[in-house]
Formats: sequence, structure tokens, C-alpha cells
Amino acid sequence: MTHHSNHECCEHHENHHDIVVKNLTVNYRNLTALKNISFNSSCGNRIALIGPNGGGKSTLLKSIAGLVKKTTGTIQWRGEAVSKWSREFAYLPQREEVDWNFPITVRGLVEMGRYPQLGMWGKFSHKDIAAVDQALESLDLSDLQNRQIKQLSGGQQQRAFIARAIAQEAHVLLLDEPFTGLDRTAAKTLGDLLHKLASEGRLIISSHHDLRTATELFNQVLLINCDMVAFGESKKLITNDMLEKTFLTKHSK
Amino acid sequence: MINLASTDLIIAPFIGATVIGFANGFFSGFVNLRRSALSVSALSHTMLPGIAIAVLITQQLTQANAFIGALFACILVGLGSVLVSRNSRIPESTALAILYTAAFSGGIALLPHLPVIASLESWLFGDLSLMSSRDLNFIFIISSISLALSNLYMRPLLLTMFEPNVAAAQGVPIRAMQYLIFTLLILMLVASLQAVGSVLSVSLLVAPSAIMLLFTDNTKSLFWGGATIGALCGAGGVLLSQFINIHAGQSIVILLGIIFLIAFTFSPRYGILKK
Repeated sequence: MTHHSNHECCEHHENHHDIVVKNLTVNYRNLTALKNISFNSSCGNRIALIGPNGGGKSTLLKSIAGLVKKTTGTIQWRGEAVSKWSREFAYLPQREEVDWNFPITVRGLVEMGRYPQLGMWGKFSHKDIAAVDQALESLDLSDLQNRQIKQLSGGQQQRAFIARAIAQEAHVLLLDEPFTGLDRTAAKTLGDLLHKLASEGRLIISSHHDLRTATELFNQVLLINCDMVAFGESKKLITNDMLEKTFLTKHSK
Repeated sequence: MINLASTDLIIAPFIGATVIGFANGFFSGFVNLRRSALSVSALSHTMLPGIAIAVLITQQLTQANAFIGALFACILVGLGSVLVSRNSRIPESTALAILYTAAFSGGIALLPHLPVIASLESWLFGDLSLMSSRDLNFIFIISSISLALSNLYMRPLLLTMFEPNVAAAQGVPIRAMQYLIFTLLILMLVASLQAVGSVLSVSLLVAPSAIMLLFTDNTKSLFWGGATIGALCGAGGVLLSQFINIHAGQSIVILLGIIFLIAFTFSPRYGILKK
């Protein structure tokens, strides 16, 4: 299953870039959001999280990103337990979680990707400016960099947040329903972009609800309905039988 | 220290209002980014009973006991509204509205029983003409602290305001940042009491950067532009009050209102005529 890629996005070529999730369980108070999730993957892959609403897709993304506390289980990345935030993970929030009226330009948003590495008082250096320029360039946003984020189309907004992740030098991109609300052209652009980002050596993990496009957009799939249903190649797993199993079984809460 | 013995009577209010306007104008950036104008209004009213009780206990009115009294009252009302909203179907803003008006009324009821009623009234509605050199120094110190801390922690503060969840995951201590904003806010409110009074202080803490919001999408110009507008209106208000016979506090607030309406109408970026 290990996928060997070129790792153009970073310098540690020789290392294995595996993510290993073991027995991950997340409880919110007395509600179980995720139960015993285990899977392995490596960078270069595009993983779709598929399951019913409330089935734990967002929770899984957030717990990998470190936004939600794990009740039990471990997440390992490159052989080390992920316990606190690292720049290698970038979480892209769902559209409705973003304050689109915030007075920030596309460039300002992408610059924020550099803040965590700079710390509170590190100087915004030429290297940082170059990283921001490059991220804007690679996502075709250079011409739009001075626009306020609300004045972008849905596809451009997704790209702006991805540009921030690139500026952050993230290796694992965690996306929450990135295709929601995009028209056909924008969805095609984003799909091609995810392919490109993965082929450069990044790992894409994304919740997705459109079953028709899942096989084409993602090479791996994790079927979840609170419990883990299956993990593997999307071509093999996205079948009527499996989907029925994912969406119709009642999970214990 | 500034010695006012030899200076004209208008100098102290002029400097005081300019500095207060600058610091409040800067800080109003946070108020607008958090969209917390209503809570600021609630807190500014809540300060009254806090200060009244502090005066009742200590039998004197100083900036220090005013601050402590105001802080306690704001924490009680703020936490109270959170407590109500978490334990009932009542939303936080509703709880806040009920609690702060009740507290404010309690404060007004206490007023006649206080030993320092005259000077307290000048605080409520603002009276720059009473500004002493001690008050001026207090304003300088508070404004410097507020500006220094806001700028030192600008990055984590911005991250916290834009996406609290993501900021927390990035290791930003968002709780500490929220407490910092809350404390600075009360400091700014207490510092501006004498200039514009508790009731009108909301204006200085909301209007300057709200005006900038109509012109810019850049957080830096939101803060520094707000500071500039605040300082200009502070100075302009004091001057204006010399020509027309109204209190400086009121003319500052009226100026801010007029500039806001002009910006709302004519801003080339987000003005109503542009649309």
C-alpha cells in the first residue's frame, strides 16, 4: 500500500512519510463521535472520508489536526506520535466556520500561514515574503492577492486557504468538505490541484459527500459511520454494497 | 511628570483627549474584529455599580479603586451571562442585557448615598475640564500599557480572532489572549471615563476602527487608522467645545458620529454611494 512519491514539497526525501492511526476514539462528553479508527497511509495519497452526516468525518479531521482531544488511540506521523501542533499539518475549515467579513486580504491570509513558525515576535523576513509569493503564484492567486477574502468566488476561497497551507509548508492537508458549493469548473480546478499537491508528495485527507466523484478525485477512501467500516483503494471500496453498509447501519452512540 | 501649573487650562484636556482617543481608537480594532460593540456597551454601563461600591467601601474615589471596582463588576456580569446561557435556553446576549441594566440601575440608585457624588457625576458623563496632571499621567500610563501589550501580542491576537479553533491547535494560548483583551478593554474604559464618561466611552471604543472598516481590508491600517481618527476626534472635540458651548466629551462623540456617517456615505471602497 505504501506509495512512493517524489516529495518535491519538502527536503526530507529519504524518510518514510507514513501516517499511522491506531484505535482512535473520540468522545464528546457522553457521546461517542469516533470509535476505534485505524488506518495507515503515506504521502502522495488522496484519502476521502465518506460517511453519513454526524458520522465523525469532521471529528477525525480535527483530531488529526489536534483541534479535538483524543479519548484513546494514537496518531503517528513519520514514526513519531503527534501530540501537539506541527506545521506539517494544515487544517482547512468548513466554509461556514470562516468569518468571511474579517478585514483580511488574500495575501494577509496566506501570510498568517507563516505566523506559527515565526512565533510571536520573529521578523517577517525575505524568506517569508518569498514563501508567500510562491504560494500565491502556485495557486494562481497573485492577481487576486489584494482582494478581501469575501470578494472571491468559492473556488478561489478554497485556493486561498490551500495557499496558506502551502506557505505554512504543510505536508498533510486536512480539508473539510472542500467541494461544497463549487460549480463544475471550480470543482475541476480544485480536483486537479489536489492531484498536483499529492503528486508533489503531500498527503491529502478530505471529507467528501459526492459519491459520484469520489473515485476520480481520491485514490483511497475511509468509510466511517462513527465506527470504522473500511479503508482501502477507492476503486475497490466504493461499491453499492459497501456504501449501503456505511450509510444504513446504525452505530452505537 | 507633566506640570500643569503654568499651562493654559485647555492644554491638559487637549493632551488627555488626544492620547485617550489614540489608545481607544487603536483598541477599537479588536472590538470590531470581535464584533463585540454590544458587549462593550454593556461593560461600560456595568462599571458604574462597580465603581460606586468601591467608593462606598473605601470612602474615596481614585483611579485605582475605580479600576478594581469596575473590573469586579465586569467579571461578575460577564461570567454571570455566560453561566446563564450555558445552563438555560437564554442566549448570552439576552442574559447580558438583563444583568447589565439591572447592575446599572443598582449603581444609579447608590449614587445619592456616595460621599463623592459631584466628582463621580463628572466621570459618568465626562468632564475634561477637571483633568489634573495626575489624571493625565494615569492616562499616559494606561494608554502605553495597552498599546504595548496589543502590539507585542498582535499575531496571536489576530490568529485568535480570525479562527480560535485553528489558533488553539497552532499552540496559541487563546484563553490567555481572550483574558488579555478583556482586561485591556476594562483598563481603556476606566481611562476614558473622565474624558467622555462611562456612557459615552463606547463611542471611542467602537467608532474609530468602524470608520476604518469602511475604507480598508488591512488589519494594520484598521488599528493605526483607528488610532489616528480617535486622536484627531479627541483633539478636535476639545477645540470644538471651545467655540460652541458644549462639553468636550460630547463634542468628541458627536464628531465621531458625523465622520462615521460621512464615511458610510462617501467611502470610495465600501460607501453606500459606491454601491
